[in-house]
Amino acid sequence: MATLVIAEHNNAVLGAATLNTVAAAKAIGGDIHVLVAGAGCAAVGEAAAQIEGVSKVLVADDAAYANQLPENVAPLIADQAKNYSHVLASATTNGKNFMPRVAALLDVDQISEIVSVESADTFKRPIYAGNAIATVQSSAPIKVITVRSTGFDAVNATGGSATVEPVSGAGNAGKSAFVSEELAKSDRPELTAAKIVVSGGRGMQNGDNFKYLYSLADKLGAAVGASRAAVDAGFVPNDMQVGQTGKIVAPQLYIAVGISGAIQHLAGMKDSKVIVAINKDEEAPIFQVADYGLVGDLFEIVPELERLV
Amino acid sequence: MKVLVAVKRVVDYNVKVRVKADNSGVDLANVKMSMNPFCEIAVEEAVRLKEKGVASEIVVVSIGPTAAQEQLRTALALGADRAILVESNEELNSLAVAKLLKAVVDKEQPQLIILGKQAIDSDNNQTGQMLGALTGYPQGTFASKVEVAGDKLNVTREIDGGLQTVALNLPAIVTTDLRLNEPRYASLPNIMKAKKKPLETATPDALGVSTTSTVKTLKVEAPAARSAGVKVKSVAELVEKLKNEAKVI
Ligand SMILES: Cc1cc2nc3c(=O)[nH]c(=O)nc-3n(C[C@H](O)[C@H](O)[C@H](O)COP(=O)(O)OP(=O)(O)OC[C@H]3O[C@@H](n4cnc5c(N)ncnc54)[C@H](O)[C@@H]3O)c2cc1C
Ligand SMILES: Nc1ncnc2c1ncn2[C@@H]1O[C@H](COP(=O)(O)O)[C@@H](O)[C@H]1O
Repeated sequence: MATLVIAEHNNAVLGAATLNTVAAAKAIGGDIHVLVAGAGCAAVGEAAAQIEGVSKVLVADDAAYANQLPENVAPLIADQAKNYSHVLASATTNGKNFMPRVAALLDVDQISEIVSVESADTFKRPIYAGNAIATVQSSAPIKVITVRSTGFDAVNATGGSATVEPVSGAGNAGKSAFVSEELAKSDRPELTAAKIVVSGGRGMQNGDNFKYLYSLADKLGAAVGASRAAVDAGFVPNDMQVGQTGKIVAPQLYIAVGISGAIQHLAGMKDSKVIVAINKDEEAPIFQVADYGLVGDLFEIVPELERLV
Repeated sequence: MKVLVAVKRVVDYNVKVRVKADNSGVDLANVKMSMNPFCEIAVEEAVRLKEKGVASEIVVVSIGPTAAQEQLRTALALGADRAILVESNEELNSLAVAKLLKAVVDKEQPQLIILGKQAIDSDNNQTGQMLGALTGYPQGTFASKVEVAGDKLNVTREIDGGLQTVALNLPAIVTTDLRLNEPRYASLPNIMKAKKKPLETATPDALGVSTTSTVKTLKVEAPAARSAGVKVKSVAELVEKLKNEAKVI
């Protein structure tokens, strides 16, 4: 029994979610290998070799894998997968994009977004926006799984000394091409890795008002998130959406500002350790999950909070 | 070009489901069912492509119980031309659904296939990508913009870091994200007209597809409950509690 973990990365830096996915592999048991598929990604391979518990790193360095196009990387992963009992990827937009394609190439079901490992073939995963937790058992010869980072504590990024081996695949399938990317730039911590998250909803009224949250966040060393309503209204970009169909976060402290607490939003943050809700409507459902609720106008509360913390 | 849209009948997004006492699943008796919200966005996108003269025909397909005809009729009322129901009373996994859709694709030969990114019941987020593997077609998942440019499809995708645009050869598969469009409501005259549009039925057997699965659900439980905390009176009290009680700042 051995597990292949597909590394999350941008060709230069190993993504933090990989460490949580390796933790899931550790819970399954057996050898852990990591596949880095990219272009000019040698540094990522070196970083993966340092991860605690990883014994081998496979590096597929090819221009065709530069942007994780699923038409190109899925056949490579499916080919490598034949040597393993389990293939794991982080449930990031990359993992969600290529893994089901890998599963179908292998003619097995995929198990999406596991939050715990019960045994080598049995896993737990949330369904219905987290309103139910299913325990599922797989009889697939190769188990193809995506891992929700918040379910597993990251393993150490260092302490390992895996061997690094080059591998190659069919390369460019000639069906798709990368055109462009618009990446949000921010000096704040990454939403899914931050210890504190401050999120704003429709109650913020417009994008400009998010400056109150940014300055509070900077004082707390926090990341800033948003509800779907705030993203749909164009206040902030899509990559800030927290929820069932956005990012899943579980920080030490989550501060929901002007967010009502729809089930789809709760699905993305209710595993946070401490939840604070700031809302002028004392009946808002967000108060049902908040450890500390403060009823009032956010435009008065948030600046005062920034002064006092 | 011909566009195929896959729509799923699911529990309405406003319903907070409850787990059955015997832990065999969630209780769907007498619960409102609707078209999966991401599938509504898929139908809307196809209708817009037809209004622009890009799409010539829109075929909607659903796999599910007889009652899924309701969701197909809704799609017809929104502007689809005809519907196919693959009848199955089992809870199928995404791979089985993708195989059934592949059989429909083989028959219909669409140039573009639009699906939702995720069914809000299973939260799988798999079917479009699996259909991509089975057909060999490229995929533009989590789409927030779709443009046909000659023999290519440009798809802007919502990714963790922001947005990414890819160019796909046609035929291609698109899965919708929330920002792709805002679905319209069906008008009463269109709901009436939809009753006369063709709806054909098929079965997995007739399509020659085996729907066996490698995953079985052992039990379904309610999540750990989170109890409501306290309401604080002032910002000062909140800060005091966060520092001394919760110790998170
Ligand atoms: C398929 C699907 C997927 C979805 N996925 C997601 C998802 O991933 N994430 C997500 O968040 N949502 C998601 N939603 C949307 C979700 O159902 C809600 O519509 C959304 O979360 C509401 O956002 P909101 O709380 O910001 O807005 P609202 O519900 O409008 O709440 C605004 C709140 O702000 C408060 N407020 C207003 N002014 C002030 C003020 N001055 N001071 C203090 N409080 C104030 C109001 O009292 C109110 O409670 C999804 C919906 C669907 C159908
Ligand atoms: N039973 C079904 N019938 C028709 N389409 C489906 C079905 N199940 C899934 N789909 C399509 O696949 C999308 C993603 O579903 P899933 O991969 O199950 O999360 C849905 O939004 C639909 O477009």
